[in-house]
Order: sequence, then structure tokens, then C-alpha cells
Amino acid sequence: MLNSSLKQLSTLLELKKTSSVELTKEFLRCVKKLNQKYNAFISVNEETSLRQACDADIKIASGKASPLTGIPIAHKDIFCTKDWLTTCGSKMLSNFISPYDAHVIECFNKVGAVNIGKTNMDEFAMGSSNETSFYGPVKNPWDITTVPGGSSGGSACAVAARMAPAATGTDTGGSIRQPASLCGVSGIKPTYGLVSRYGMIAFASSLDQGGAMAKSAEDLALMLNVMVGFDARDSTSLQRDQENYTREFGKPLEGMRIGLPKEYFSEGVSNDVSRVVDAAITEYKKLGAKMVEVSLPNTKLSIPVYYVLAPAEASSNLSRFDGVRYGHRAEEYADLEDMYQKSRAQGFGAEVKRRILIGTYVLSHGYYDAYYIKAQKLRRLIAQDFTEVFQKCEMIMGPTSPTVAFALGEKSGDPLQMYLSDTYTAGASLAGLPGMSIPVGFGSNNRPVGLHIIGNYFSEAQMLNLAHQYQQVTDWHTQIPDEIKI
Amino acid sequence: MPLVLEDVQRVANLARIEISEEEAKTTLDQLNGIFNLIEQMQALDTSTIAPMFHAQDVMQRLRIDKVTEVDQHKLFQSLATKVESGLYLVPKVIE
Repeated sequence: MLNSSLKQLSTLLELKKTSSVELTKEFLRCVKKLNQKYNAFISVNEETSLRQACDADIKIASGKASPLTGIPIAHKDIFCTKDWLTTCGSKMLSNFISPYDAHVIECFNKVGAVNIGKTNMDEFAMGSSNETSFYGPVKNPWDITTVPGGSSGGSACAVAARMAPAATGTDTGGSIRQPASLCGVSGIKPTYGLVSRYGMIAFASSLDQGGAMAKSAEDLALMLNVMVGFDARDSTSLQRDQENYTREFGKPLEGMRIGLPKEYFSEGVSNDVSRVVDAAITEYKKLGAKMVEVSLPNTKLSIPVYYVLAPAEASSNLSRFDGVRYGHRAEEYADLEDMYQKSRAQGFGAEVKRRILIGTYVLSHGYYDAYYIKAQKLRRLIAQDFTEVFQKCEMIMGPTSPTVAFALGEKSGDPLQMYLSDTYTAGASLAGLPGMSIPVGFGSNNRPVGLHIIGNYFSEAQMLNLAHQYQQVTDWHTQIPDEIKI
Repeated sequence: MPLVLEDVQRVANLARIEISEEEAKTTLDQLNGIFNLIEQMQALDTSTIAPMFHAQDVMQRLRIDKVTEVDQHKLFQSLATKVESGLYLVPKVIE
């Protein structure tokens, strides 16, 4: 059961071949067995999970089940979960038992899915390796000496190691796609505004977007069917008709134009990644897709622009952590000012502090126009590049990450090198476009390589079919790390 | 234009994060490295371009001016370190 797709699990439940309680126990056993090694989960709450599973079994018995009823799903610890520790990977929130559910959690609760645990992540989603977590780094199941990527590294690892059939994640500059790529799983970040940010702890609000990670595109579609929807409590939530994300499945790719931005295939991408991505593109040609060379001339600026805008928004969002209403408060302090200063110095880790300082600087008097406004203008140019490219093709493809998973500790002392991990993913985030990563083979040392797919606004169903068609004729997405015995 | 130690200390103070001189020195080097990358932005003339604040260029949605929240102060205050009589306690600021 641990290796089954969401659809298979749903069928097993429907046919009464298993119960949600049995299924949940099976995954909890797997988490118990493997988590010590991989550190993918920050908290597990067996009692709650099993209670939800019992409720799901009643729902199934009464004929009220929907596709994810009774299925265990892992949630990134960025989503507030009522009566459940919600830490965002930070010491600041290490004592925070959420008094409410995020919209995404409500969505899964509503359909009767089971919360199997909260996954580890880079602190406040700031990182590309999961090494900034207060709860320690997550290990990549393909090679325990390497990072799983970040910031949704716990979710990626949980799916890759079959500790959960699917997981939620969030993506601000690549935080779903890059770990999906490094861990050999499928991940999707929908168009900005489709998944409500209510109860999703804010990092950079104009970029943050919830999404899903799973073993296949088909499973991702089932996840989006639950997660996407208008929510008045998020002021940037988009009012649109509900979609069925599986609706395009089965449509042939014949004649589909796929743009290959030359900037995504030039210097910076390692040879092994390049070779595997080229092979995937050849496979797509066999499926009838037509490759078009395109250009996104401002690609190089996406990292500088991202590292102005995201820290600026973060410095503002994280000012709420003052040790007064919730979160860590220093034990000793002289006065109010000192209480703020000490609580924040103790509660935040090095990378979070670094980004708050960058953000505070670029928003400070005399620098606002030169940095923040300048970056917002360049953001428009980056978005316009994509608009022009989508005149020539329906989809864009390239590598998700310039390299395969790197060694733990290799980049943690050099923030600049770490930031460059998001070179190919940050552009789509700045433009608010949907992006996904699917496993397409292995690079050096048998480490997974992800193919990055960027679609136009609201083209998730077509993107998922593009990935699904590939997964019908290849088996990269079904590969399991040697260390995982099922 | 590289940052100097005083910039780091000033910004840390604005952000209300206590920072030792040693930490400030390390941070200074890292921030200068990052700003070196950020400076690439200045190479492009953007005088005629409008800033982009939202990917869809949508307007902020307004709601009816009506109370929708219920009073949950007891629940919320159970998360705070120090509360008394429904108030959050902080060090005295007015004598």
C-alpha cells in the first residue's frame, strides 16, 4: 500500500479492501521506522490521525466519500493546524499550538483526508536545502549525505521515502519545484492566487503559493482538486470557477509547441542535468510535441530581483514576531525594546535574520526607490518576457535545478551559492505563473533530475496532462531509492 | 556601494534584532556579497516601466464593513507568555 497512487488507495478504500484506519496505521509505522533517519517530519500526532481515519471510515461506509477521503496526507509545517504544533521550522514558533486551521487544512479536513504529520522545512521557508530548519536538516532518501532541497524538503522526502502518498508544500521562489527535483518526485506550484494563503505562515506575500507534491501528475491533479478554491480571507485569492484538474488527461500532445528558453540551457547547468533533460525533450518529441527555441532575456535578473523583493516582504511580515502575543519571548530583558531585540535575536536563525536585514535595508529611507521600486519594475520586464514567449508556444521546459542534490553542508556557509539554486524557478514565481517539476532520470551518483515545466496563467490542467503523458510512457516517477524497502 | 559596519548595526536596530559586533562583522561580509549580486539590477534603464505589485495586476478586493470575527481572546491569549485580566503584559514603557 505504501507505494500505491492516490487513485489506487481510493479504490482500495472504496472496495473495502482496506480501511482508512489500517492505511493510516501502515503509514504511521513507516514514519516511525524511517523518520529518525531522514528527519522529514517535525511532528506526528497518532491519536489525531487515527481519529480522523475513524471518521473517514464512517464517511466511506455511509457512501459520502470523495477521492481523497481516508487517505493520509502530510502537510508542510507552514500550514496552521488547529490544536497541532505549527512551527514553520523555527525556534520562534517552537511553542505555537495553532488555534485555527489554514484554508488548505480545512480543505483536506472537509473531504475527510487524514493528516499524517507536519513536515520539516527551511525556517520560515527561507532556504533551498532544508538546512536552516531549527529541527535539523532533512536527508535526501536517494543519498543520505545530500540535501533534499528546500524549502519544502520534508514534504519531498516524505513522498520519496513513501512515508506519505502525497504532501502539501509552498513555493515562493522554487520551494516546491526544487526539492521535488532533488528528491525525484512530482511537484506543482499553481498560478499565484489559486490556493488561499489564509493560515499559511507568510514569507513573501506577493510570491507565496501553496501547492502539492506526489508520486505522479495524476496524484497532483487530485490534490489540486481539493486545495484550489476561492477564499475571501485571503485578499489575493482569485475568484474563479472550480476546475477539474484531471479533465485534460488523455489528450494527445500532437502539435503542442514547447518553448526551450536558450537561457535555461546555457552556462550554469551541469552536464549530467543537461544530458537527462535533453533525453526527456527527445521523449516529448516522440509524443508529438514540437520544440521551439525561445528567449527569456531577463532570466539573469530574476535572482537579484527575487532577493530584493522576497526579503523586503519578509522583513515586513516577520515584524509580527515580537514575543508578545505568541511565539518565543526571551527570559531576561531590561525593557520593552530589549525584549523585542532579544526575543527576535534568539527566536530567528541566521538565514532568517540575514533576509530580514536585507529587507529592512532595501525598504529603508533613501534606498527604497533604488532597490525595492527598481526590483518591482524589473519584475514587470521578467513577466513580459514570459508573455511574449507564450505567443510562440503553449508550454516552457528546462531543468528545474542547475545541479542534482548537493552534499549536506556544501553550500550552507555560502548564501550566494545557495541562492543560485533557484535560478530557473524564481522567474515563474516573480511572474506569478504556474510551474512544476517531474522526475526524468538520474544524473551523477544516481541522483534524480527534474524537468521544469512552466505554463501560462491557469494552464495547470494542460501542464498536468503534459506531465501525465510522459509518465504514461516512462517509469522514472515510479523509481524508489534503494534504501527504501517496500 | 559596499555597506559598512554601521549600516548593519543601524538596520539590525530598525529590525529590532540584537546583534553583537562579531555577528555584525560576519553579516557585513555576507550582505556585501549579496548586494554585489543585487547591483546587477542597476545595469538596466527602467525609467519608463511601471512597477509590478501583483502578478495579475488585480485590485485589492474590498469587503462589506461588517463585524465577522467572533471574540476568541481567551483562546488566543492562551498562547502568550504573559497575560493578566485579558491584557498582554510587557515591560512598563510609561512611568
